[in-house]
This record gives sequence, structure tokens and C-alpha cells, in this order.
Amino acid sequence: MARMKFLCDADRCIECNACVTACKNENEVPWGINRRRVVTINDGKPGERSVSMACMHCTDAPCAAVCPVTCIFSTDEGVVLHSKDLCIGCGYCFYACPFGAPQYPKVSNFGSRGKMDKCTYCAGGGGSEVPGSSEEYAKYGANRMLQGKLPLCAEMCSTKSLLAGDGEIIAQIYKERVIKRGYGSGAWGWMTAYREGIAV
Amino acid sequence: MLIKRAQREARRPTLAADLPVQASAGVDRRSFLRRSGLAAGGLAALGTLPLGAVRKAEAGPPQPPGATLATRKNVCTHCSVGCTVIAKVTNGVWTGQEPGWDSPINRGSHCCKGAAVRDDVLSERRLRYPTKLVNGKWIRISWDQAIDEIGDKLTEIRAKSGPESVYWLGSAKFTNEAAYLNRKFAAFWGTNNSDHQARICHSTTVAGVANTWGYGAMTNSYNDIRNAKTIMVMGGNPAEAHPVSLQHILEGKELNRANMIVIDPRMTRTAAHATEYVRVRPGTHIPTIYGMLWHIFQNGWEDKEFIRQRVYGMDDIRKEVAKWPPDEVERVTGLPEAQVKRVAEIFAKQRPSTLIWAMGQTQFTVGTANVRISCILLLATGNVGHYGNGANIFRGHTNVQGATDVGLDVTTLPLYYGLDEGAWRHWCRVWEVDYDWMLSRFVDKTFMQTPGIPSTRWFDATLLPKDQVAQPDTMKAMFIMGHGGNTISRMPEAARGIEKLDLLVVCDPYPTTWSVLSERKNGTYLLPACTSFEMDGSRTASNRSLQWGEQIVKPVFESKNDYDVMYMLARKLGFADRMFKNIKVENGAVSAEDILRELNRGGWSTGYCGQSPERLKAHMRNQSKFDLVTLRAPKDGSEVSGDYYGLPWPCWGTPEFRHPGTPVLYNTNLPVKEGGGTFRARFGVERDGVSLLSDGSYSQDSDIKDGYPEFTLGVLKKLGWDTDLTAQEMAIIQQVNSANPDAVSWSIDLSGGIQRVAIDHGCVPYGNGKARTVAWNLPDPIPVHREPIYTSRPDLVSKYPTRPDAQQFRVPNVGFSVQKAATDNGIVKRFPLILSSGRLVEYEGGGEETRSNKWLAELKQDMYVEINPADAAARGIKDGGWVWVTGAEYNSKARMKALVTERVGKGVTWMPFHFAGWFQGVDQRSRYPKGSDPIVLGESMNTLSTYGFDPVTGMQEPKATLCQIRAA
Repeated sequence: MARMKFLCDADRCIECNACVTACKNENEVPWGINRRRVVTINDGKPGERSVSMACMHCTDAPCAAVCPVTCIFSTDEGVVLHSKDLCIGCGYCFYACPFGAPQYPKVSNFGSRGKMDKCTYCAGGGGSEVPGSSEEYAKYGANRMLQGKLPLCAEMCSTKSLLAGDGEIIAQIYKERVIKRGYGSGAWGWMTAYREGIAV
Repeated sequence: MLIKRAQREARRPTLAADLPVQASAGVDRRSFLRRSGLAAGGLAALGTLPLGAVRKAEAGPPQPPGATLATRKNVCTHCSVGCTVIAKVTNGVWTGQEPGWDSPINRGSHCCKGAAVRDDVLSERRLRYPTKLVNGKWIRISWDQAIDEIGDKLTEIRAKSGPESVYWLGSAKFTNEAAYLNRKFAAFWGTNNSDHQARICHSTTVAGVANTWGYGAMTNSYNDIRNAKTIMVMGGNPAEAHPVSLQHILEGKELNRANMIVIDPRMTRTAAHATEYVRVRPGTHIPTIYGMLWHIFQNGWEDKEFIRQRVYGMDDIRKEVAKWPPDEVERVTGLPEAQVKRVAEIFAKQRPSTLIWAMGQTQFTVGTANVRISCILLLATGNVGHYGNGANIFRGHTNVQGATDVGLDVTTLPLYYGLDEGAWRHWCRVWEVDYDWMLSRFVDKTFMQTPGIPSTRWFDATLLPKDQVAQPDTMKAMFIMGHGGNTISRMPEAARGIEKLDLLVVCDPYPTTWSVLSERKNGTYLLPACTSFEMDGSRTASNRSLQWGEQIVKPVFESKNDYDVMYMLARKLGFADRMFKNIKVENGAVSAEDILRELNRGGWSTGYCGQSPERLKAHMRNQSKFDLVTLRAPKDGSEVSGDYYGLPWPCWGTPEFRHPGTPVLYNTNLPVKEGGGTFRARFGVERDGVSLLSDGSYSQDSDIKDGYPEFTLGVLKKLGWDTDLTAQEMAIIQQVNSANPDAVSWSIDLSGGIQRVAIDHGCVPYGNGKARTVAWNLPDPIPVHREPIYTSRPDLVSKYPTRPDAQQFRVPNVGFSVQKAATDNGIVKRFPLILSSGRLVEYEGGGEETRSNKWLAELKQDMYVEINPADAAARGIKDGGWVWVTGAEYNSKARMKALVTERVGKGVTWMPFHFAGWFQGVDQRSRYPKGSDPIVLGESMNTLSTYGFDPVTGMQEPKATLCQIRAA
């Protein structure tokens, strides 16, 4: 069984933000919610590098482990989804996530943050809606996987930096790149998310 | 503690966004902007966008039952790379985008702008209907009323002040067809005051490059950079301005282990991927290159055989280079000898080497000279006319190359024919109008043949006393289609100019800065134009490939496409029948295909003759056939067999001749019929007894194994090739010039016969000449370093002053006096910081469209200035704090945020130029027509930019001026 992964080649990422707006466009993500973002370190200095971050769809997802209502789960393809019907907006998953993926539509000192929202790998949602239905789309966004397509962020990446797909395949693509160019920075976030799962 | 509701809301996005950033050291630009919270516009948008977990299902993949689904193909409208956009359309509504995998240019990729273009059409901030300013209030009117009133006013101005007092400002976002039609419109109106963004973008490139080797365009292509061994970027930041080009650059760099050298005052996002970054002082391009050439000539690294065969005048350059030994180069540029030598050696020896540039070379008073010295470096090292090398000039807007080609320019008719009588007669033949009628539209023959006023000077032509503007009257009306008001420098003057106009018409999808900048109360009309996604038409990418875009959805709201608007106005002004004689108009809808066919019939000079709409559409259908690196389709007998993608010009002969296009200019390694060529014999055959024709170099399979002049019927006769012409071709040539048919050249022969015969003999129609390093027709025949008008080094002005004052393009250019006054008055003491400007990836041009796009606007919500930590510390400026920036002219000032970063060197500051809507500290949001204000507003960089114009093109100088900054 394929396990879906993201991998951002930091030697290619130019912080163009195509992944960010592609996500917004495809999933009609409202202002203020960022399922995906680009993080730059050493900005403006030698060694500046950018990396595109979203839910990494962890193998052993800490968000799922801490969720008090167990609304977060991994699909057979390794995509981490959640049910907005069950979510109570407690924010535990946000503190558990090493990547800052979970997003909340409301902020207040006391009370709910609203239903958690995060990258769905363009694979619909983890609720009871019929996959590919308008109801599912309204709640979670597009279900491209149902149509055999990958997340639009990776498909539209300007420099083919952000890779999505079966972990084995994208690891192979990245490995070939590193061998060809003779250097590599390591794939950011890979070991944190997947541990030794797939060697690069 | 009581927390105000507004504060809570403003903080919302920071909760999630801040955390991952805090883990990393330092503050990056993105988190800086995000922390700055939501601007007022953002809050307004929050009210209209559903924020809960549940979103509206109005768009997206699931189709309602019984919906009609269509997939349409167009081209991104945001930069010159030319990325294919695939649109999903449901019941006539644009509901989604898919990657255009088959395009060899972008292979499915986009940057944030391309991935967000759907909101360019859907945006609620679009101008919805024709609007008129009455006593300071915007009033909705009908299209008919608008055209009627505008037409009457134009006629009145024409009667009173003459046709030259109306300025037709066009757009680089036009399709080729609209740009051509706009130039034709100005001609039929009777003026050469017809310009567009190329003036402030690459006008100096076009002038400089064309004056060196024949054509003013990128010699190779984005894809071809994959072949380079050394990639040098000087004066460009493609990672932000042309992000998808980085796909080719970075893959090429990886596969070839290529050198990537970035020379720039800023450590740009492009520089972050370079193998070597060189920090220079703004405005020192010429000394930097002379410094490199000094080492190249000193060590004999130049390509001697290439120079002997294909270059004229290199010895004169050697003399100038001798004036630039390493210590003088270091004194002027600040670059140490070792670094200059290393870079020069890599560029000269590790070939093929390509030189990439954008506005970092062009936007100077020495812009044309900058560009020419770049060409000279390429010529000296033999790096033109082959795969992997060349001048890869990255144009800015989606169709700025095409709009330039088809003549939206004060100095020429379409396709660089110029303005002389021969040019007018050529186009009158193509348009099938009487030359004398055309002449009657103008003040007189002199004005018909005199270049107009550049877009950088329109307000000078409005404000100056009548006797200082060399035309019957000052500028009275501006008719603007698709051009921002905040991209032209000296905005305080522009604001006064707008106020003084009798008539201001803005035809644009958005109201633009024009509508709010001044205190105007009457006489302004806003006409809603649609975007290029809502119409058919072709656009020319930077690599000279033409791509046909099909209409994705019908124009939204009451907007109309550019063709139809121009037709309506032409009808009102009474020349529609003549102007659209060969262009089909059905129920007011103009045929884009017919416009391109007319362009094909007249476009011989630049090889715009072979790209018929049918061929271009076939290319869009067969995108997957074209190779990623060569851009060529296999010779498989298909409808695009053997073609290069988009038929990059020159695409010689008639469409039936099936020339495949020219992917690399001046490439002698291919037969002309397969896309080869030579340097253009454009400057005569000899000068002072020295031949200007190439010496023993010729394109493959050429019947003439040496240099040759351009082809005319007379030349064909001398060679005995005239018998190859068909009787029909001969008859047309006779018609073109019955008095002297032998003088009919390849560029005015409407039959295409001369081109066909020359190419059948393996020859290029334009001749086989040498590139020239000495352009004797330019003010500085050999590039000379001249300090910017407002230089940070007044000590260098006496040795390297700007050019003397002169009358240029109908208005005075007093740059010398301004520079002298600035130096004498010690301006640099009061304004000690260099101010430069550039692009952000999220926005484009003046930013009216992209700042109204909700997905892009969210990413960049504040105007800011980058300042070095040392300069900030000396002024008590904190990162993210408000500052006042003051400019060196008009007591100009602007309020914005500070980004303290080492990206800029000490003494240098930098601003993005996309913002508008605040002016000298005042928020002008309330002045926009209700609901049409862009989401994000901010101060314009050009409020602070200053005087300075290139003598050849009138280019402005916003890349190097002076400012002072203090905490607000």
C-alpha cells in the first residue's frame, strides 16, 4: 500500500508561495487560515533557505495521539484526516504538532477556537460525508485523491521543490536529484515526521 | 484586563502563524509581515469571507448535477514566462485550476500569482460598470453614455489643441492583438503619443540590444538556460519576478553543475541559490563590466576568432577598458580585484555562459549604455548565438515583449518599422488606407514622423509652459488602458499633472491609482475592461514564443474586452470603418483572429508573419509534443511537425511557408529554415572603410559563404535568384513600389517572396552582418560610466557626470542641472541612504490587480522599506516599526514599516514598487469607487523617486536615488 508523503527540496524552494495560493484556490480556504505556508530561515543572509510546510501526515501522528475525542486518524494511504463533526476545538493537536499545521478559525481567551482545519492532502475529509460530495467539499475542501490526483500545492510547485506522492517514489526522486547535483541539504522535516520509516 | 474586540481580531492570524517561526533564529520577511497583522482592508475582507469551519460550496471540484463542465486553456497574465493556465469552467463560472502539464514552458508549475489567477476574474474588487466622477462623487453610467461623452470631449480637445494633446497610454497586459489595435488607433487619431509599460521596463534593453546586433529581445529562452555552464544574473531577481524560470535555471544548474553568479546590491532570493554572490553599489554596472573585461583582455580570455568574424569595433572597447584598472573599479564599485577577476575568468572560460538581466540594468539614466556593455561582454567572450549562452533578458509583464514588438511605442509603428515615410506607407498598404488621408489626421508631416512623448514625461508635457513642449499644445487628455499610475517615478508631480488634465479616462479591470491620486473632482471616466482571461488573443513570452489564449469565461459584470472598447470609440470618432476594414466585427464583437492575420500580413521585419492564429492554436493543442530543452516538436508529419513551441519570432515567410520559428537568435549552427540565423546587417555594409558584414561566418547550408547585406529585389537580381520568385510574388512586389521595384526589401515585400527565396538559398533575409560594439548613432557610442543623478558619491560626479541637458522627445531633459544642483547643495548629507526598488513575488507592476486578489493580498499586507541593521540602529528604528521616509525632491515623504535586514548592505535601502493608495501618509481608501478599493493599500515607492531620464528612451531612474529615514 502506498503511503502518501510530502517532501520539500530546500535546495529548490524559492519561497514563491505557489503552494500557498494553490491550496487556497483549490480548497477555497478563507482569509486567515493557512493550511500551508513557506518558512524561511537566515532570511537575507548567506545560507538563506526556504521550506514549504503543511501537515506532514506523520506516520505516528502526535496530533492523533493527544486528541481527546479521537477525531484524527490515518487513512490506509497514510493521509492524516479528521472529522470536523467530532472536533471540539480544544487546540491540543496544535500544541502536539511539531509543524504548526492545525489552524483554527476563531480566537478567544476562553472557549472554543472553532473546528480545527488543516491540510487534507487534497483527499477530502474524515467525516461521514460521501467522498467527493459537495458537502465534503464545503467542510474540508477538494478531494483530488478520489480523482487520482495529488495535492495541488505540489502539482503547481514552481521549481518542483515540493514533491507529493508515494513515499517510496518521492524518496527515489529526491535521492536521484542529490546524486546528480552532488549535494543535498537533507529533506527538511522528514526525520521528524517519519523517523527512520523511509531512508533518504 | 479588558481587551478590545478589534485588537483580538487583528491578532487572529498570528496565533497559528507565529509559532513555527519562533523556533528559528532571527526574523524573516514573511513572519515580519504576518506579525504585522491585518491591514484595514484585511479586516474589511473578513466581514465578507466565511471564517467558520464550514465554507460555501460555490466553487470547487464537485459538479452540481447536470452542470456543463469545460476545460479551457489560457496563459498566465502576470509575467513574461508564459505559464499555461488550465481552467475548469462549470456553467460558465471559473471553478478551478489544474496544472498545465503539457506546456514545455512551465510543466504544470506556477508561482503564487499563477496559482491564484482565478481570483483575478472572480475578485469582488473589480470595477463593475462605467463610472464617472461628478463633483467628487462616483456616478454609475452606461457604456453608451460614457463613449458618447468621452468621444465628444476628445473631439473638442482635438479641435482646440490638436491631436497631439491626447495621450494614448496602452498596456503590456494587452494581447498582441489589442496592443497592435491600440497603436493603430493612435495612428488613426493622428499622434505618436502612444506608449506602454516597456518605457519604464525594458525600453533601454530594446534600444541597446537592437543597436548592437539587430533585434531588441531575449536571444535564447528560459528553457535553453538548461544548457548553460555559467549563469550570471546582473540586475535581476527572477526568483521573485519570474519564479517559474527558476525551474529551468536550478535544474540546469544541478544537471550541469553550473556556476550561478548573482551580482546585485541586494542578497536576493535568487542570490540565495547562487554559487557566488557579489554585492555592488547601485548604478555601477558599467564599471563592473569594464572591470571584468580588463581581466579578460589582460589574460587573453576573449574569444578572438568570434570577434574577428562577427564583431565590429572591439578595439575601441579595449581603449575604454584600459581606463578601468582594478583600483579604479574598486574605487567606483567597491568590488575587490580578486572577486572581479574570479567572476570574469569563470564567465569567459566556463562556457557556454549566459547573462540574465531585468530592470536592475535598465532603469537608469545610463540604461541603454548598461545594456550595451552587457552585450559587449557577451560578444567579447563569444557567448551569443549558441545553445546555453546569450543575453537572456527577462521581460516583466505577460506581454511586454509582444506589446513592444507590435509598436506600442512613441518611436515606431508596429514591428520596429520606425516613423519615416516608408514606414507609414508600408502600414497604409497593409491597412489599405490612403496615405494622404492618414497624413491628414496629423498636425503635419513633421509630427507624423516625430517620436512622441514617453510615458515617463506625460505630466511634464502637461505641466510645463506651452513654449517648452515641442508640440502645438500641452497634454490635455490621458486615455489609459491597463497601466498603473504608481509605476512612473515622481508621483507628486504626476498628481499635479492629473489634476490639470481636461479629461482622464481609465479603462482597466480596476480603478487604479489614477482615480485616487489627485484632487480631481470632475472629468474622470472609469471604464471596466475585462482581463485577458475573458477574451481570445495571443501573447508573446519573453523568449519570443507566441501563445494563443482562449476565452475562459465571458467578461464579468459589465466589463468589455479591449478590442470592443476600441471599436466603440473608433465608431464614435468616425474612423471605425477605415480602421476595421479587414477585421471582422459582428454585433460589436471584434475578431481577434482577424487582427492577428492583419498583423501577419505586415509583420515581415520581425518575422511576425508566419504565426497565423491557426498555427498558434495548433501549438496549444499539441503542447505535449514539444521538447523541454530544445522546444522543438518531432518531424512526425503532425500539424506542428518540426515547429518550435510558439513559433518564436522571427518566424519567416507566410504561414504556408511553415518556418518553424527561431528559438535562439543569431545561431549559425542551424540552417535558416530550421531556425538558424546570423547577426543582422542593420547598420550598413561599411563604416570608415571597415566592413560591417561578417567575415567568414554564416549560417549552416548558406549559399553565400560570407557576410552579405539585407535582401532586396535588386540583390536577388544581382545573385540571379529573382527567377525563383513566382509571377504572383513578382506582381505584388511591383505593386509595393512600381517606380523602383528593385528597392523593395524583404521587410516591405507583402508577398513574402523575397524572404522565401533568400531562405531557400540558406540566407537570412535581413543579411549577415557583424554585431557592433560602437553604436555611432547613440549619445554615447561606447558605453561610458555616469553616476546616477542623485548619487551617493558626489566625489565621483566631476569625473563621471551625467550627460548635458538637452531637448529630448519634445520635452527638456535637465538631468545635468539637477545632478549639479544636488552635488553643489550637498543633498547627500541630508539624504545619505541609497534608495532602490524592485519586485515582490506576490504582486506585479502597480499591483492594482494583485493587491485586489484575496489569496495574494493576504500574503503581503504592508508596504515596507528594507534597511540594514547598522543604519537602523543609528536611527533608533526597530524591525516592524513605522518610519517616515523622505525623498530628495518635492519634500516628498512616505510612511511605511521598516524591515531591518542584512539583505541590503550598509547605506542602501530598498522598497517594493507595487503599493499605492496611501500618499504622503494619507490613506486614500475612501476615494475609490465603493467596493472597488484594492484589499491592500500602501505608500508608493515612486512618491520618493526622483528626476533622471535615459537620453535614448526616456527611461526613468528609480533604481538609484537618495532618501532619509527616521522612526515615525
